[in-house]
Amino acid sequence: MTDVILSVAGITKTFPGVRALADVSFDVRAGEVHALMGENGAGKSTLMKVLAGLYKPDAGTITLRDEPVTITSPLVAREKGILLIHQELSLSPELSVAENIYLGAWPTNALGMLNKRKLRADAKAALDALGCDFGPDVRVGTLSIARQQMVEIARAQAFNADVVIFDEPTASLTDGERRQLFATIARLKSAGVGIVYISHKMDEIFEITDRITVLRDGQVQGTRITADTDLAGITRMMIGRDLASYFHRAREDFRDEVLRVEGLTHASLFSGVDLSVRAGEVLGLYGLVGAGRSELVETIFGLRHADAGRLIWKGQEIPFPTPRQAVDLGMALVPESRKEQGLVLGMGGRENVTLPHLAMFSSAGVMDRGREREVFDTYRDILDIKTTGPEQPVEKLSGGNQQKFVLAKWLCAAPSLIILDEPTRGIDVGSKSAIHELIAKLAEDGLAVIVISSEMPEVLGVSHRILTMTEGRISGSFTGDGMTEQALIDAVSQPANRAVQEDIA
Amino acid sequence: MTIDWQQALRRHGLIAAFGLFLAAVAVGAEGFLTLGNILDVLRQVSITGTIALGVTFVVVTGRLDLSVGSMLTLLTVIVVDQHNAVGPFGAIALTLLAGLGIGAVNGVLVGLFRLNALIVTLAMLSLLQGVTLWYSGGSNVNVAGAGETWFAVFGRGSLLGVPVPVLIFLGGAVVASFFLKRTTFGRAVHAVGGNETASRFSGIATARTVAAAYVVSGLATAIAAIIMGSRVMGAQNTIGQGYELTVLAGIILGGTSLMGGSGSIWRTVIGITMLGFIQNGLLLLGFEYYVQWLVSWVVIIAAVWLDLAAKRGRVLA
Repeated sequence: MTDVILSVAGITKTFPGVRALADVSFDVRAGEVHALMGENGAGKSTLMKVLAGLYKPDAGTITLRDEPVTITSPLVAREKGILLIHQELSLSPELSVAENIYLGAWPTNALGMLNKRKLRADAKAALDALGCDFGPDVRVGTLSIARQQMVEIARAQAFNADVVIFDEPTASLTDGERRQLFATIARLKSAGVGIVYISHKMDEIFEITDRITVLRDGQVQGTRITADTDLAGITRMMIGRDLASYFHRAREDFRDEVLRVEGLTHASLFSGVDLSVRAGEVLGLYGLVGAGRSELVETIFGLRHADAGRLIWKGQEIPFPTPRQAVDLGMALVPESRKEQGLVLGMGGRENVTLPHLAMFSSAGVMDRGREREVFDTYRDILDIKTTGPEQPVEKLSGGNQQKFVLAKWLCAAPSLIILDEPTRGIDVGSKSAIHELIAKLAEDGLAVIVISSEMPEVLGVSHRILTMTEGRISGSFTGDGMTEQALIDAVSQPANRAVQEDIA
Repeated sequence: MTIDWQQALRRHGLIAAFGLFLAAVAVGAEGFLTLGNILDVLRQVSITGTIALGVTFVVVTGRLDLSVGSMLTLLTVIVVDQHNAVGPFGAIALTLLAGLGIGAVNGVLVGLFRLNALIVTLAMLSLLQGVTLWYSGGSNVNVAGAGETWFAVFGRGSLLGVPVPVLIFLGGAVVASFFLKRTTFGRAVHAVGGNETASRFSGIATARTVAAAYVVSGLATAIAAIIMGSRVMGAQNTIGQGYELTVLAGIILGGTSLMGGSGSIWRTVIGITMLGFIQNGLLLLGFEYYVQWLVSWVVIIAAVWLDLAAKRGRVLA
């Protein structure tokens, strides 16, 4: 077939004790967006790293434009025309856009000196072709994440890449930025570039991809034409069974108010925020990235200083706590980034679970390992965590299992309020569903729950009540039938549009 | 089952190299593996070792303490000088207080003010050199009536044939290991070194934990200074010079990572003791005294390299 631009056949990659990829074959056509899906640990990132030259496969062939290629390093991959756009961008913030686009391949003149004029002109051409709204001389560190991503994509343009691999490209983009990214992908597509698209977000997959290949346990489960399949079909391929129902909302049984904040203000991040949550209630907090949601809950938890506002805990006004006091009051915060904020990756499950409660699991300052192990066993069973034992470093676990340990470390002290910031970001469908079930169960057990999410189906699916947040302010409050996608979109987008218009003016 | 030689080499390479070295020295130098020589080596490492017990706490938080060399000098001068002024009890008490105080200053600057540990403790190294000269007026101090004081027991005494400094070092190791491994403080030290942000999000008082680690380092150095003063019965203004690097070399050699979060007291004991045997072996083989500085350098570079190699999964970048 002539329009196949990249094909891999029989790729196998084994790490000590794990077969990460077993006889994987798939192909990408010119002008196609090909989704690569699978739960965490299914082998997507290993396959991607093989294609980008970061791993050497044990067996198998890679064919690019009908020629077999051996990719030994990311530089070779780029020369051959394969470009990987990482989830964490790989740019040098102190260099200019042009210097970053041609990083490591700067044009030189006869004396071996940097040819700045050519560098600038070439970079500008690449940026223009993508319709970027910034020039080649800007320092990359001053650009937003979305624009930095455009710089990476401009590399694809500049090096005439045949294949561009996107790894979770929308993880930290706002809705508008996501639209722009999709437009850029469409542009690359019409230029005949083959695109591999990796994402956990089902709505995106169905919106922009042409075909879907599903991996499970390092093996290809099959390739489907996107238009001929549906969510249930793909999910079944990914987890190997039917998923009973995607969301679980807790029974409504609200009791006393647990937390109320009034007029909470942080000079540069948010202002005049009022919210309250009752025992048994799931309060959704929806807003785009950068709206101040995480900063708000971090302030409530004592990780940031509030400039103004009142905090009422179980009916009594209290001073703003330190994190230690917040934990002792009965607050729990499952943070946005489980690797940076949630876990000590080198520690085992046992030590991570008891970390916020050292006093509780010790007497006279000496840790009680027996009780630590008991609580570890209890929560491993309750949350069905896959781990080899209490001492296995949590960095060895999949994202879903890591997240369950973050939940365990807070649940084991029976908090009154649990705040979950993006509780299912970057984790697989099976674990997602388990966490949604757990949220409902916690509320039914009488906890007050605040769920922050930028995934609309999630926030609509689990919440009893939703507050929207826009540019540091609460911009809407919705309950019952008023909680619709359209209502949330309207609430978060209006002030943002106004801001854009002001920018232009 | 096949053996992954590369991994085995990374994990046990230093121990294996050390074993080969011991065997070579035992063949080449008479009297190396005798009880007398082994006790000698242990006595020699007891001072660096005692300091290293405290510095291990700092290293596990992911930080360094380079001030211990001149801290040792100053504290030894203090304990010797005050022995003449207020007697052994008072001198010991003052030395311990001074060690705790200097550790607290480092701790406040690094922990609470969040200044760079390398700079803070390097500056302290320099400051304490100055303070030592100011205190001593530039002259050496000696214990008056060295023959009569019970103060000699810490450096020169022995119990059932085992030198007292060795007992202090190993006893200190038991206590330090208990604190680092079994207490809430030790757990916090590990957590801060492993992931400071996650520790803060878990309600750990990270600043206080770091500060306390420096106080432990100061206390350990004070105890080492008491041993040193007692052994030498005097102090020159350069007596602790270079100890900071020897201590660090021993800790790294034991396998405690400079990146923080992992490490143990027993690793430090093993590392420091190995270093002692290497230096002693070289001396017995006829190398000059100053070869030990070269050895420290080789050990630090090799150990840091292997540590990094284990992290990134290959030996070369």
